[in-house]
Amino acid sequence: MLETAFKGSRIYWAWVLFLLVIIGIGFIFYLRQFIIGLGVTGMSRDVSWGFYISQFTFLVGIAASGVMVVLPYYLHNYKAFGKITILGEFLAIPAVIMCMLFIFVDLGQPLRVLNVILYPTLNSVMFYDMVVLGGYLFLNVLVGWSALSSERKGIAPPKWLKFFIILSIIWAPSIHTVTAFLYSGLPGKYFWMSALLAAQFLASAFASGPSLLILLALIVRKFTKFDPGQEAIQALGKIVTYFMLTSVFFLGLKLFTSFYSGIPAYSHSIIYLYAGLDDYNKLVPIMWISNILTVIALVLLVIPQLRKNELLLAIASVCVFFALWIDKGFGLIVGGFVPNSFKQITEYWPTLPEMSITLGVWAIGFLILTILYKIAVSIREEIGNVDVHH
Amino acid sequence: MYNGGKIIIGLLIFIGFSTFPFLFTMGKVVPIPELKLDTPEIQKMVDKRCVEPKEYMKTEHMVMLNTWRDAVVRDGARLYKARDGRTYDMSLQNTCMKCHSNKKNFCDQCHNYVAVKPYCWDCHIAPQEGT
Amino acid sequence: MGINRRDFLKIAGISTLASIGGAAGLTLIKSGAIEAAQYIDDPRALKAKRWGIAIDINKFKTPEDYKRVMNACHTIHNVPEINNPKEEIKWIWTESYEHSFSSQEYANPYIQDHLKKKPFLVLCNHCDNPPCVRVCPTKATYKRESDGIVMMDMHRCIGCRFCMAGCPYGARSFNWRDPRPFIKKLNPEFPTRMKGVVEKCTLCYEKLAIGLKPACVEASNGGMYFGDLSDPNSDIRKVLASHYSIRRKAELGTTPCVFYIIGGQ
Repeated sequence: MLETAFKGSRIYWAWVLFLLVIIGIGFIFYLRQFIIGLGVTGMSRDVSWGFYISQFTFLVGIAASGVMVVLPYYLHNYKAFGKITILGEFLAIPAVIMCMLFIFVDLGQPLRVLNVILYPTLNSVMFYDMVVLGGYLFLNVLVGWSALSSERKGIAPPKWLKFFIILSIIWAPSIHTVTAFLYSGLPGKYFWMSALLAAQFLASAFASGPSLLILLALIVRKFTKFDPGQEAIQALGKIVTYFMLTSVFFLGLKLFTSFYSGIPAYSHSIIYLYAGLDDYNKLVPIMWISNILTVIALVLLVIPQLRKNELLLAIASVCVFFALWIDKGFGLIVGGFVPNSFKQITEYWPTLPEMSITLGVWAIGFLILTILYKIAVSIREEIGNVDVHH
Repeated sequence: MYNGGKIIIGLLIFIGFSTFPFLFTMGKVVPIPELKLDTPEIQKMVDKRCVEPKEYMKTEHMVMLNTWRDAVVRDGARLYKARDGRTYDMSLQNTCMKCHSNKKNFCDQCHNYVAVKPYCWDCHIAPQEGT
Repeated sequence: MGINRRDFLKIAGISTLASIGGAAGLTLIKSGAIEAAQYIDDPRALKAKRWGIAIDINKFKTPEDYKRVMNACHTIHNVPEINNPKEEIKWIWTESYEHSFSSQEYANPYIQDHLKKKPFLVLCNHCDNPPCVRVCPTKATYKRESDGIVMMDMHRCIGCRFCMAGCPYGARSFNWRDPRPFIKKLNPEFPTRMKGVVEKCTLCYEKLAIGLKPACVEASNGGMYFGDLSDPNSDIRKVLASHYSIRRKAELGTTPCVFYIIGGQ
């Protein structure tokens, strides 16, 4: 099936070339980081995780959200998702790979990464995160690839695949739960130490992932003959709506507990992010952009007439994606480190090398996504975009 | 065979690449490095013996250093009882390099010859020596 | 040919696994070449079930009292002096009362002036229940079962910095770049660190092994007590039993083993 990725239009190749250039730039900066050390980033003794780990956290959510199309289709036989399911599965693959790459580029001694396997440490959440991410990658490659190749041959997918499909549905929430446990079990990090964190992660993931999927489906429909279906896109719109509302609701719960209790440590990070603390307010503007995007998105999503307009749905999806990207792919991690253990404030902002490496990793993800979608779309075009029966 | 020509060219390029290091050095003789043992500390010794016999040290020093490292850092053991009964402080920096204070003519020569780059010296301080 | 692609892949897969397994097995057998029985303890070594430090803040009067202690530690351990606060490496340093004991400060804002204004020595607390050890994915940081020291194995650290997020005391520093150029005078007896690893106070395990007390304690002129917390007759237990002392963030359940003696007898 891979051969279909080597035949494409001029736009396809231009896009691939563009991604390769971004990857190249990122790689050059990574070499610099590899030689000099993580001192090329904006991270510090106080804010010891930054952009990389934030992206990792956000992308685990994108990866997990594949389940939002897989579950209704396979467990509830929701036919409208028949064609889009493969897009969901093939979105999860590059998302998990990006997660792994972001962990890798964040390591101070990347060549020792295998120590995690060499000295498995069962009391470290990091170990379990490695296990669930690796497992999820395997499941999605297996399920996506087998389903698509059976489809190409016009036969039903093998029976044993059902087991792995169900396993992947159960597995999906686990990756984001375990990722939340990285943060929510740390004593003294009050911004993260909340039982709600895993639930918040999942809610925001099930909003940001499907919103990205809506955009990808619209792009695929515009540039190829493959139509994921209007009903599927509208159904995704509803999923985004409910989970965006849940996400905002969870944020409200957190705000209540943090402020009504009056315990200072629980509110410091939140005040720092949204209002600034002791004249330190580097993150305030982007956090408010996130809030404004959230409001716009909710207006567009909650009113059915607006949501049914595909252009407005696309705008809402862009808003949801970036609102949650700022919230989780930036504020959540940095906020947890401010103020530090001594109630002092060190601010964080990514440096140029850090941003270039980050973009490079995203470009690798998009390259893999492009290739996988190209394969899926080519095969759909080849078999005439007919309804498929799994 | 489909695309036979392309495959054969590809194979040739691959063979060329993979055998390049051997072809490149064919016929050239690189002398086996001779390690110098003429440091002041060693010359002071009446009985010139290393921690373990020379042959053992030659082949197993890396394994020994690895186990020493874990013993000292992780198990809190400090002294090593050699096979001949003498004891040594298990320390690369303070035991090994006290005698072998000529890192350039001892460690480096051989490591360069076999093209290994141990990262010991990123942390452990090599003895001062003239160039 | 009697072999199809599927069988070939199966055989290839199985033989790869077998050879990896075999290689691992061989390594295991080989590593037994040097038996553990060949390691012996130095008879001079100081031993305890649970080391602890008590800092008598009343004995720290002038800035020199603090400096002497900090320098003693930082010079023998080749701790670099990096002036950029973002990349600083610190094993033992001073913080104000308000910053070191946040919960105490909330509890009583009208505490005596001399406490409010006094610098406090802070270092790794060598917790009995250390969160850094709990989160480390490679056991690069671990608690020594024999005496409770929270150790760092710089050879194994992958630099993920999970321990820095886990430590509620800010006791851990990361080498954001090669520290060597920032060390004024190298102590040739002790290693430096390399870029990309986390470091912290190791309670002078290398000095305890040859029968000496930690450098900070030695340099404190009696301002710091060091001893076995599990032994009721040790000096440290006696001084803690007779003086009012506090610990940093004890409410987190980490059981810190560094005590601050605040009150007199």
